[in-house]
Amino acid sequence: MPATNAPARPLRVIVAKAGLDGHDRGAKVIARALRDAGMEVIYTGLFQAPEQIVQTAIQEDADGIGLSILSGAHMTLFPLVVEQLKEQGAADIVFFGGGTIPPDDAAELKRIGVREIFTPGAPLSEIIAFVERECGKRRELAG
Amino acid sequence: MAKMIDRVSGLGPDVSPEYRELVERWEAKADRTPPRTGKGSGAVDRTISDVPLKTVYGPADVADIDLTRDLGVPGEYPYTRGIHPTMYRSRLWTMRQFAGFGNAKQTNERYHFLLSQGQMGLSVAFDMPTLMGYDSDSPKSLGEVGKCGVAIDSVRDMEMLFDGIDLGAITTSMTINGPAAIALAQYVVTAENKGIPRAKLGGTLQADILKEYIAQKEWIFPPRPHVRIIVDMMEFCTAQMPKWNTISVSGYHIREAGSTAAQELAFTLADGFAYVEAAVARGMDVDEFAPRLSYFFNSHIDFFEEIAKFRAARRIYARHMREKYGAKDPRSWQLRFHTQTAGCSATAQQPENNIVRVAFEAMAAALGGTQSLHTNSMDEVLALPSEKSVEIALRTQQVLAYETNVTNVVDPLGGAYFVEALTGEMERQVEEYFAQIAGFGGMVEAVEAGFPQREIADASYRYQRSIESGERVIVGVNAFERPDETQPGDLLKIGAEIERGQARAVQGVRENRDGAAVEAALAKLKRACAGSDNVMPYLIDCVKAVATEGEIVDAMVSVYGRYTENTQF
Repeated sequence: MPATNAPARPLRVIVAKAGLDGHDRGAKVIARALRDAGMEVIYTGLFQAPEQIVQTAIQEDADGIGLSILSGAHMTLFPLVVEQLKEQGAADIVFFGGGTIPPDDAAELKRIGVREIFTPGAPLSEIIAFVERECGKRRELAG
Repeated sequence: MAKMIDRVSGLGPDVSPEYRELVERWEAKADRTPPRTGKGSGAVDRTISDVPLKTVYGPADVADIDLTRDLGVPGEYPYTRGIHPTMYRSRLWTMRQFAGFGNAKQTNERYHFLLSQGQMGLSVAFDMPTLMGYDSDSPKSLGEVGKCGVAIDSVRDMEMLFDGIDLGAITTSMTINGPAAIALAQYVVTAENKGIPRAKLGGTLQADILKEYIAQKEWIFPPRPHVRIIVDMMEFCTAQMPKWNTISVSGYHIREAGSTAAQELAFTLADGFAYVEAAVARGMDVDEFAPRLSYFFNSHIDFFEEIAKFRAARRIYARHMREKYGAKDPRSWQLRFHTQTAGCSATAQQPENNIVRVAFEAMAAALGGTQSLHTNSMDEVLALPSEKSVEIALRTQQVLAYETNVTNVVDPLGGAYFVEALTGEMERQVEEYFAQIAGFGGMVEAVEAGFPQREIADASYRYQRSIESGERVIVGVNAFERPDETQPGDLLKIGAEIERGQARAVQGVRENRDGAAVEAALAKLKRACAGSDNVMPYLIDCVKAVATEGEIVDAMVSVYGRYTENTQF
């Protein structure tokens, strides 16, 4: 355990693309924005399986996972990541996402454990603030 | 006196003392006038692509333009003013709404609806598994079947898709790239089963694989085998399908990925030239195939920049095709293009505002001389468009075409100081990119090195930052927000039953066919892929044997491998 006065390790976030969706503009912009906000960002690249995404997050000791889906497969792939997080004992990792996701689907995803869904037009500042706050809380809880 | 009138009535630079005094007076006034402050004022001096803008343009800005060399007349080289002598007076653009969702039966119903509402051609949107070469029952397809396009697994689906539609009478555009050659084979077999010979088929295949690596990311094989298959297709269509447009070289997705207007133009034209070079290297004569190449651009929200982009596109293309590639047939010099309004300009907030954005973008495309147009529906940022919103989008084109009268005069902005200056600036920036691409050894090499990918990611981040800082305003997003906003509820959803049904259907197809014939056709295809035979006839044989798309792609992957991207952000 690091001493309490040691400099804090920057927050570490996985930015992920799942399924067959190649729309990576949003994911790349978010990855850069989080990096510019001082976080360590690992971008998975395209076409990752939910299992791989969660494994990467655990291996990298990440504080959060941001998943981007614009292909309409969100109601399948987000729940699979939630499931994998539970199965691999990593449900404390802050899981959030974004994409072309209708409001009622977003509500359902939040109900099953996705912490936040950002849709097109969401300000970067809002996303950064969310990640800093929620991942920060997780760090505190982890001591 | 008459001499002075001659001078002031021309568009060229006027150095008369009277005019100079006017200009100086304006400059003094402009210098004294403080710039606007507040919302969006940070970006008044440049376009959405960061091209610097003057407050006003005048004769000095067009002094270098040579009428014959740079503008010409409509229907003549270099086609800056349009590819047809009378443009929309003789024929409007084709109103072609891109559509596809769920299974082939559902999409077929939407096609019948669109045709009954006055749409002039069809445009197929395929789902992700179809675009990536997976069947609907593949584990890779989980959750994606029928979601952002129609699921087509075998020729059986293709037959259902065009049920009751006369393929000899309409033209069809198919937005598919990795498996484009397979889709073409399915279309040919579908038509021939209905008694329509392939020579009579009119339409367009996107088949632009280079922009997949650059922007859309729906590839299958590595770049070189993909380009070889495209050249096979060009060869096949040139010999057997004279009415078919073989490639629709696409800037649309490049722009959607966040490029600037000049990047869209430069990378798209460079992709097009790469196909030209590949076909010429195969031994084809440029005039044999070039008349059947077409282009596809985005129409974004920066009105004049887009018009300048379309005009510059024609001029640059004509120059390169004639001067560099030695094309002699004027049809090889003509850049024909389809336009789609910018999906990335649409907002999830106050989605009705998207109707207005689409109308402006559509008008820019008309003023830029497009040959066909898709107008986005207001709700596409949230889901697939509902029938109502698709109808509004089509009506937007009809109002533009029939009520606004912008169609009555060819290239109405030709000669405008600003538009001509911006057209010239666009060409200059594009030529700069061409020089950089040449530095990599060509476009395929530049793509392999990740050059356009990086340029686009940088531009996209700059753009997002300018919105973040409030330099640029997006209504309803960073200004004029409605905190009490409720989002529309009647969105089109594709249920899980579609995926289950489609997976069952493709399994049924596999059970009800001659398995040995499929195996034999696939084996021959593999040999053709490994050798140098044109793959098209082999693909047609596979499709006739009712091999599924996934099976055909797997056979080809066994020869070529699957591409993986060198990830960067």
